[in-house]
Amino acid sequence: MTGTRALGLLVLAVLAVAPFIPMGVMREYTIHVLVQIFIWSFIGGAWSLMGRFGLTSLGHGAFLGLGAYTTTLLWNFFGLTPWLGAVVAVALTAVFAVIVAYPCSRFQVLGHYFALVTLAVGEVVRLLIIAERDWTGGSLGVTVKPAGGDSLLALQFADKRVFYYGALALWLVGLHVWWRVDRSMARSAMEAIGEDETAAASVGIHVTRFKVGITVLSAVLTAIGGVAYAQYISYVNPDTLAGIGVSLRIVFAVVLGGMYSMLGPSVGTALTIALSEYLRVLFGVKFIGMAETIYGLLLILFIIFLPAGIYGTVRQFLRRRRPAAVAA
Amino acid sequence: MIDPLFLAEAALNGLLLGGVLALLALGLNLIFGVIDIVWIAYVDLVMICMYAVYFIVQVYGWPIWVGGLASVALGAVLGLGVHLLIISPILTSAPVNQLLATGGLLFFLQSFATFLWTTDHRSVRLTLPRLELFDMPISVARLVAFTLSILVMLGLYLFLTRTYIGTAIRAVSQDREAMALMGANPQRVYLVTSAVGGAMAGVAAALLIIQYAVHPFFGAAFGPITFMICVLGGLGNMVGAFVASFIMSEVIAVSGVIWSTEMGYVIAFVVFIVMIFVRPGGILAKRG
Repeated sequence: MTGTRALGLLVLAVLAVAPFIPMGVMREYTIHVLVQIFIWSFIGGAWSLMGRFGLTSLGHGAFLGLGAYTTTLLWNFFGLTPWLGAVVAVALTAVFAVIVAYPCSRFQVLGHYFALVTLAVGEVVRLLIIAERDWTGGSLGVTVKPAGGDSLLALQFADKRVFYYGALALWLVGLHVWWRVDRSMARSAMEAIGEDETAAASVGIHVTRFKVGITVLSAVLTAIGGVAYAQYISYVNPDTLAGIGVSLRIVFAVVLGGMYSMLGPSVGTALTIALSEYLRVLFGVKFIGMAETIYGLLLILFIIFLPAGIYGTVRQFLRRRRPAAVAA
Repeated sequence: MIDPLFLAEAALNGLLLGGVLALLALGLNLIFGVIDIVWIAYVDLVMICMYAVYFIVQVYGWPIWVGGLASVALGAVLGLGVHLLIISPILTSAPVNQLLATGGLLFFLQSFATFLWTTDHRSVRLTLPRLELFDMPISVARLVAFTLSILVMLGLYLFLTRTYIGTAIRAVSQDREAMALMGANPQRVYLVTSAVGGAMAGVAAALLIIQYAVHPFFGAAFGPITFMICVLGGLGNMVGAFVASFIMSEVIAVSGVIWSTEMGYVIAFVVFIVMIFVRPGGILAKRG
């Protein structure tokens, strides 16, 4: 265990000094990719809080969009600082999550039903954003109004390194939350519910309370991720922050990495972002759509050939190796 | 206040749209009922078939019925392909993996279509006579689509109830294990179901292209509403899906006229959530 801990501290140390490693012209770009990886890993981790218990949501884009648009619109129209905006966004998302989760849980909307219901939720938030185009700019999206220079109040900084450390901290907080849930009673309760709801209820587990609770936690964290992403990119768009596309991307990253381990979602997110960045750079503006085509194809292949995810498969492999090593 | 005539026209359009939506929902529901996997990319298969009809009719100048038949054949082949290449390797995987594999197909089809045919909207132009009913113009294309989709659904009903393989399909959807114990081969049933489901997508494509322009993101426009209909009708429940299609299409058409198209979908979704409250197992489920 100490070996793992030392490795973890080493990785953290490298991440902490990474923005100051001289990389010439590549530095800005590397930092940009890393910030995205941290934010989306955080969101992926938030998704896996639900996903690992069999609550497969295909509509996390809804929470993401709700968070991002709430803070952005409050700032643009009323000049409310994103710090308070995020609080409003979190409250709104929590209410919205209860509205979705409560009926789903109360009436045992499970498995495929749950996935389809949440998928529809994500799509409806996207359509609502497009429909309210006077406020949201419709499908063209809306730019976060510049505060004119660096401002902690407006959460806008010219130097990407500020966002880097912010995103790094956010990611660590996400891992901490995941770890806390993993160690809590709620985990046992949720696992029991995931296996068999009726049986769980019969031993005195309050099924609805736990399911709504974990959904709200997951949704709220996702909304915070949405706020962080909107502040960093300073532009929000219904197609990148709500709807099926982004919801599926989150799930892909998590399943690819492995949703039953703490670092799985991060590994998966890092890989999918690296992959899509690579494909984007490779094809540039030629062959529009080719990068996404290969992305989709690879995802199908990954799902078929690595059902436990990359991190999960590696761990299985190591676990199988270890007893053999001891015997030798 | 909105002219009641507009509302009546919207209601009529909704009814006509409901037929095609029902076709989509039945195809998806058939596959789900038998194979227990939701094809997230189902409407994207429809999109591919719509392009096929477009090219056959508009670019190569063949008559529309040739395009329609080709679309049905292509749909069946695509259905078989999806089952053999993607579904059968992951039949025993976790449900989330199964959903994601067809979700990956959605990404693939959307982007590949963008790559091949760009994001231009393309439509098939047919010269059809005009019809009027009580001063309301009726789109003949929609009327034809509605009639044909009802006929196809009737055909599906007869296929499922009157043929041996249809009976086998219904048996599998009732009890997968028992069916295998009776000595029937579920693999063959899966293949036939996928082909029939795909062919339904082909029919829907031929009927949709005469009303709507096709573009690579067509699946995103019609997919969510199809899923909502399936859940509302009860996944795997054919009659439920049929009734739900008309409820949803009316809600979309009427509120689309009163507010906007996007708001129509939002209202449909609100109706959907309320219906889940009232009838969680689908609108035709027996209260337990």
